[in-house]
Amino acid sequence: MHELGVVFYIIRDVKKAAETNDVKHVESVVMNIGEVSTIVPSYLTDCWRWAADKEDLLRGATLQILTIPAVTHCDGCGQDYPTVAHGKICPHCGSDHTWLLRGNEVEIKEIVVPNDPNDKL
Amino acid sequence: MDKVKIIEIKKSVFEDNDRAANQLRKDLKQRGVYLLNLMSAPGSGKTTTLIQTINLLKDKIRIAVMEADIDSDVDAVKIKEATGVPSIQLHTGGMCHLDAEMTGQGLDNVALDDADLVILENVGNLVCPAEFDTGAVRNAMILSVPEGHDKPLKYPLMFTVCDVVVINKTDVMPYFDFDLDKCAEYIHMRNPNARIFPICAKTGEGVDAFANWLLNEVQQWKNSAC
Repeated sequence: MHELGVVFYIIRDVKKAAETNDVKHVESVVMNIGEVSTIVPSYLTDCWRWAADKEDLLRGATLQILTIPAVTHCDGCGQDYPTVAHGKICPHCGSDHTWLLRGNEVEIKEIVVPNDPNDKL
Repeated sequence: MDKVKIIEIKKSVFEDNDRAANQLRKDLKQRGVYLLNLMSAPGSGKTTTLIQTINLLKDKIRIAVMEADIDSDVDAVKIKEATGVPSIQLHTGGMCHLDAEMTGQGLDNVALDDADLVILENVGNLVCPAEFDTGAVRNAMILSVPEGHDKPLKYPLMFTVCDVVVINKTDVMPYFDFDLDKCAEYIHMRNPNARIFPICAKTGEGVDAFANWLLNEVQQWKNSAC
């Protein structure tokens, strides 16, 4: 539901990175999206298409989503387990002293840009 | 040579907003202004609760209100008429939440030198506003009895980020299968430190406890600013 707002943040950050790196066009933006981050990937890509095509820098650019599986750590027994299958209660020892290790990411991993042969490395 | 080049970014999308929110909190502390972010589902009684709370506090501290909605100014007008405190309306332009930047822009239109407490009434929504730090000192939310006591299970993030949960419309409790003890248990599963205030905004019952908590918060914030 808040995917459009998130897309505006992504566009702002990608524009900044493009400016820093003197990039004129972006081919693709790669996102790390945690499994329990509350982002619906298909909404994100729909909102992306709508908003990105309004920008010269991003016209036609794709948004690739890599899903980060959610993992919870249990302080009770020290083991990790998959969050989506078991929630807050540790399946190993039944403790509820657990916390999310990963899976909440909404992160721009990288951007893919055309390679300019005149670029100096 | 490769056709494309990869530029690594590795940056959370919320990082800029979190930074802006922390800066806003710092600025507000310097000015001695307390900002409360009030969230809830549509129709939980946010505006009525605010009117009751403001009328209990307005002789003790200076209050201003920012109403955020997708459209209309009915809430801002209602608050001004019922309490007399300054109230402005923010339009989010279709967005389902406010972020720190929008909150900061809203505050530019509030006479902060004449305010001890600014209450931000966020867009009615239990999902998106929880994702974005507005720069408020505390987050509060209102859960109304007809919504059901299982809401903390369904909207985990909202109940995790809220320091205070006001349970409104307690007068209709007999007509709904609402279990207050269960609700408190579910809220504390999400946030063990959350304070819970059962109230009935319509009759005013219980509102004084919430208002006293808020008054104490504002005074502590102002004292620590000096």
